[in-house]
Amino acid sequence: MKATFRGGVHPAHGSKRPTQALAIRDFVSDTVQIVMNMNIGAPSKPCVKKGDHVKLGQVIGEAVGGLGIPVHASVSGEVVAVDAIAYLTGEPAQSVTIKNDFQDEWEELHPLGNVESVDPALILPAIKAAGICGMGGASFPTHVKLTIAPDKKCEYILANGAECETHITCDDRLMQEHATRVVDGLRAAMRALNVSQGIIGIEDNKPAAIAAMEKACQGRQGVRVQVLKTKYPQGGEKQLIKVLTGREVPSGGLPIDCGCVVLNVGTCAAIADAIIDGKPVIDRVCTVTGAVRSPANLRLRIGTITEDIIGECGGYSTDPGKIFFGGAMTGLCLPNDQLPMSKSTNGIVVMTKEEAVSAEEDPCIRCGKCVDACPIGLNPYDMKIFADAEKWDVCKKKHVMDCMLCGACAFICPARRWLTPSFRIAKQKIAEQAKKEAAAK
Amino acid sequence: MSLILSSAPHVRSKDNTQRLMLNVIISLLPCVAAGIYYFGWRAALVVCVSVVSAVAAEFIWQKLARKKVRVYDLSAVVTGLLIGLIVPPSAPWWMLVIGSFFAIMVVKQLFGGIGDNFLNPALAARAVLLASWPALMTSGYNVGKFDAVSGATPLLSGASVADLLLGNVTGAVGETCKIAILLGFAWLLFTRTIRWEIPVISLASACLLGWALGYDPLTTVLSGGLLFGAVYMATDYVTTPMTQFARILYSVGIGVIVVLIRKFGSYPEGVTYAILLMNIAAPLFDRIPAQRIYGHTKATKEGK
Repeated sequence: MKATFRGGVHPAHGSKRPTQALAIRDFVSDTVQIVMNMNIGAPSKPCVKKGDHVKLGQVIGEAVGGLGIPVHASVSGEVVAVDAIAYLTGEPAQSVTIKNDFQDEWEELHPLGNVESVDPALILPAIKAAGICGMGGASFPTHVKLTIAPDKKCEYILANGAECETHITCDDRLMQEHATRVVDGLRAAMRALNVSQGIIGIEDNKPAAIAAMEKACQGRQGVRVQVLKTKYPQGGEKQLIKVLTGREVPSGGLPIDCGCVVLNVGTCAAIADAIIDGKPVIDRVCTVTGAVRSPANLRLRIGTITEDIIGECGGYSTDPGKIFFGGAMTGLCLPNDQLPMSKSTNGIVVMTKEEAVSAEEDPCIRCGKCVDACPIGLNPYDMKIFADAEKWDVCKKKHVMDCMLCGACAFICPARRWLTPSFRIAKQKIAEQAKKEAAAK
Repeated sequence: MSLILSSAPHVRSKDNTQRLMLNVIISLLPCVAAGIYYFGWRAALVVCVSVVSAVAAEFIWQKLARKKVRVYDLSAVVTGLLIGLIVPPSAPWWMLVIGSFFAIMVVKQLFGGIGDNFLNPALAARAVLLASWPALMTSGYNVGKFDAVSGATPLLSGASVADLLLGNVTGAVGETCKIAILLGFAWLLFTRTIRWEIPVISLASACLLGWALGYDPLTTVLSGGLLFGAVYMATDYVTTPMTQFARILYSVGIGVIVVLIRKFGSYPEGVTYAILLMNIAAPLFDRIPAQRIYGHTKATKEGK
């Protein structure tokens, strides 16, 4: 039986994903610009300077604070600049630009060997040292996620292969081509936390990935594949947990509060690389599609500049109107194509000028489609009225903080109302207010 | 390179307001055709006059009030069509114009325009016409094919089920041919313009209560304007509840009130008033916090 959740929409219904059938290929550019704020948490501190020669996998940014992760050189070569960059989040951060010498001369690696025989106590430190953060888009540091508070207990580790976003096929291809790596990474995380159940959730529009993963799970302890109905946001952490375990993350809580940890399949593969080969995160698979001449699934070195990536895909097929990292439902817009991709960039989508035009907001016709679509069970039309009036306290009472900004309501709205953007602002305002109140006390 | 920067989502569903209204218009075409077949050219005239005057009313208001002209959203066309289909085929043109202007200007625009009216404009117009010109609104059914039939309202006559289904009975322009209405209903469901709950639950509850009060369930559904009202009027987006539990309450309310008016009221037909009453109650029903929110349990509520 195909499991699913309440609500949801079908944003990719009927549209083709041209990259689903394309094998992952490597692309290495002659320059990379590696930003220091790829993770949620404090930006890393650059520890190289202009003119330094760096090896592939060498630490170039040191972890700062509890949520910090180290950043590694993704090519070998000469550091040509260490300077400030305005990256997507808007907060200023440092970046390190490296000129590739194409020698791919590795830093000395310390492999730990087979994930089934490695000492479990070594797994978390290895994950931290490899600079792994959530590769599904959220970029939360993985070692922090896997550090369980003493009063909590993890019973399930869920590998998220739902890939419910539009356009993106990188996880699909990764599961097809590197299924064993994904299972290895999941097993490593399970062994590190002494968890006996691991479930890999995959939407039913990826039959090849399902077959590959099921094969890779054979003979492995405690892991299995669960086929999910294709519906957005099936890969939302909360929806995935509900569907795979029947549990719910308590409002305002974390997955671990219901005994679960969710890892993207790309993160799992990165964990396997870190344990088996001792390799840090220097590359990732990324889907490049939309208005480019030849869409592709590329294995990109972290910090590859968008313009170079588009060039590798044959260039723009027409004048670009909008470029975003991620899928069309939650993707982040780029101001230009000079910005580099990061550890969490799973897709680069180019829209034509016509596609990029946002429709004007019409009056709400109270059709109730947003209520039906909300996977959380909120009343978006109602919250929008109070968000427009800037009554943040009322928004809070109407549970806007439970909104996960999936975009389902805004997608389905026939009046083209900017529901999700309003809720994003409301959530920010409420969080700021809470911070102020905490500071005043 | 100038790129558009905007907040996600970057894709929208194809169904915008105009397209949904167009779906409703298409779904009403079988009813229009059936009306013309049974009542002749008068039916065509009635529908045309109502549509044109409803659109004109909307345009004139928006121009005079210096608002954005939104005639292109087609909602006024729907209102006009609905008015034309729920009046007798021999309704005089001036009555239709008054009805359409009342629906658009008073019921819809005075309360803020599309999305802000609390009553179904077409039904409110019918109620006003019924109260103002009761004789014209309850007779004049006998035109076209029914020229020779002497007037009894369809509810009181003992028409056969086949006649009721085909629309071979007298009645309002678009309400008689149930097959045409069912065709329209199928189109609305197929295009996901409306959900099945409101029509089905209101019809079912009318059947149940009617059966308990001694009516034949099938005749309850097929006679009068119940089917048309349940499919086209009770499902009007603006005046129906937004949440699932409230929708069920609303639908049951319509079914119950229709049968109660038929049984105990002095009007032969109660669909108009049943739906209007429930329109008024809809916002209240929406306030019932019946919807379960993910991750909220008794424990999290008490903890806060």
